[in-house]
Amino acid sequence: MTLDTPELDTVLYHKPEALEDYPFHFCPGCGHGIVFRLIAEVIDELKIKERAVCVASIGCTVTSYHYFNFDGLESAHGRAPAVATAIKRCRPNLVPFTYQGDGDLAAIGTAEIVHACARGENITTIFANNAIYGMTGGQMAPTTLLGMYSTSTPGGRQPSRAGYPIRVCEMLSTLDGPAYVARVSVHNPAAVRKAKQAIKLAFRAQLANLGMSLVEVLSPCPTNWRVEPVKAMDWLVEHLLPQYPLGEYKVIPAVADLKKESRRA
Amino acid sequence: MPKKILMAGNIAIAEGAILAGCQAYFGYPITPQNELLEHMAKRMPEEGRVFVQTESELAAISMLYGAAAAGCRAMTSTSSPGFSLQQEGISYMAGAELPAVLVNVMRGGPGLGNIGGAQGDYFQATKGGGHGDYRLINLAPASAQEMMDLTMLAFELADKYRNPVVLLTDGFLGQAMEPVIIRQPVTELPDKPWAITGAAGRPKNVINSFEMEPANFQPRVSLLLQKFERIKQNEVRYQGIHLDDASLVIVAYGSASRSALTALKMARQKGLRVGLLRPITLFPFPYQILADLAQKVSDFLVAELSSGQFIEDVKLAVGLDKRVELASQYGGVPLAPETILETIERMSKVTIGR
Ligand SMILES: Cc1ncc(C[n+]2csc(CCOP(=O)(O)OP(=O)(O)O)c2C)c(N)n1
Ligand code: SF4
Ligand SMILES: [Mg+2]
Repeated sequence: MTLDTPELDTVLYHKPEALEDYPFHFCPGCGHGIVFRLIAEVIDELKIKERAVCVASIGCTVTSYHYFNFDGLESAHGRAPAVATAIKRCRPNLVPFTYQGDGDLAAIGTAEIVHACARGENITTIFANNAIYGMTGGQMAPTTLLGMYSTSTPGGRQPSRAGYPIRVCEMLSTLDGPAYVARVSVHNPAAVRKAKQAIKLAFRAQLANLGMSLVEVLSPCPTNWRVEPVKAMDWLVEHLLPQYPLGEYKVIPAVADLKKESRRA
Repeated sequence: MPKKILMAGNIAIAEGAILAGCQAYFGYPITPQNELLEHMAKRMPEEGRVFVQTESELAAISMLYGAAAAGCRAMTSTSSPGFSLQQEGISYMAGAELPAVLVNVMRGGPGLGNIGGAQGDYFQATKGGGHGDYRLINLAPASAQEMMDLTMLAFELADKYRNPVVLLTDGFLGQAMEPVIIRQPVTELPDKPWAITGAAGRPKNVINSFEMEPANFQPRVSLLLQKFERIKQNEVRYQGIHLDDASLVIVAYGSASRSALTALKMARQKGLRVGLLRPITLFPFPYQILADLAQKVSDFLVAELSSGQFIEDVKLAVGLDKRVELASQYGGVPLAPETILETIERMSKVTIGR
């Protein structure tokens, strides 16, 4: 009897080369690890490990540069787009990307991301939106939903006291500088595949010198949402998706051409 | 014959940076340093180098951090309120050991203050300013020529020690026109194998200032502290005028030292034996030079454009048994040589009567 399984020496899945042999320190069910793996796969596929630069931010991914197998650096809370701007301007051959949370990008760093987009800097931003301040223990983020519990909105976020959540992609796509702005999610395998496509397109836009590319990834934080890891995925679908619709918010024609190219290939 | 050109101090800084091989400049408009930013806006692109007018001084310091991390010589310039905004980023740069040049053309403060020249950021610039245990090398020019020369030195020292260097000057010097001898451009820049240049054919480089474990972080800070000690040993710079026979020594830096020099000349004409010690480095501060002077001189007069900041270091150096008096202006008001002279005369009379 022959078993219908691949030969034992056929590799079906492996750790991306762009990932360092360094354990993720995220909580069980955290979305950050999934996004990191996707970035690493894209960097492998585009063969840019020798040019990639991880510009970390401040949040649960503060040590992003440890997980990747290429150059990386820290930046102060909110300032990663400015740091990446300088790296790209000084060394145009490098491929810097920022990895930022919602507190980092949409609160303390609002000015830097808006102006990097407005200038159309040729950099890439991966924006992990978990609607909470993960690292500091679950305080309200600018993206925290109305009514949502956080340690600093103990009765749920009330607009009269704490205002309204910010929709980053919608806001930034009004600017002329960005080449590509998309929102994706990682709540199931199909969503993860789409997320990877968006991340890849964002990097390809940079490689083609088309201007700023930004991918927002809705990412679970089971710890601070106070739900179990598997349920966190359902919670994301139920609560985050209605407030933050997935899709491409800005695709300039040159990026659309890149997309067509990859479909043909 | 080297070229000698009449230029404002702010322009001399800009040209000094270009001569020193500054590859990237980032800045946000603020008076009294605007001429510097505007000059760079024209000159950097001419030279094929990077110029960005940033959305804030926060972005400027972060871009400076990025450019320095990428191994480029880079500079930002600002004035007092902007320098305050940059403190967090400066601390990160010191922690990550990134070399870069920061220009602070000081103005009257606190608060919005005014656009007159002042030296009120002395504590902030020389004692740390941001959070944590670090120091910045501080260079204090006193002429347009030194604006150029010390800017060039600032780039050298930044690279030598992998530490941010502050050119601490003020609105009076920034705007004053003086003849400047144009120096030779630096042609060879140092190798920076630690920089973010892409991990091609070498292990990856990481630049950070973070260690989760305090016990692992402390040794990193210790290394920084050792570096600051080396700087104190090797980099003290100052100018002494008429110190040999002086019975009273004025201590002043930057613009205040210009007023002090005029006061010294007036005092000498009156037969008073006055000298001047002008620190060129504020960190490292010439403590030992002053302590040695205090062996033979017991009267010191500090002239500063702040309300008694710089004087603290002078007192620390000469000891509590010496007479140390203050002639100062603050809040953006210039210090007239006559004000210094009056204090000299009063101190001299009291000395005779003692
Ligand atoms: C200037 C400054 N302010 C505050 C902090 C504290 N801090 C660290 S991470 C963080 C929030 C991060 O939240 P987010 O960006 O959403 O990232 P997450 O941890 O959720 O991935 C804050 C406020 C800091 N490090 N620096
Ligand atoms: S706190 Fe939330 S965002 Fe941070 S690692 Fe844990 S699950 Fe992830
Ligand atoms: Mg978050």
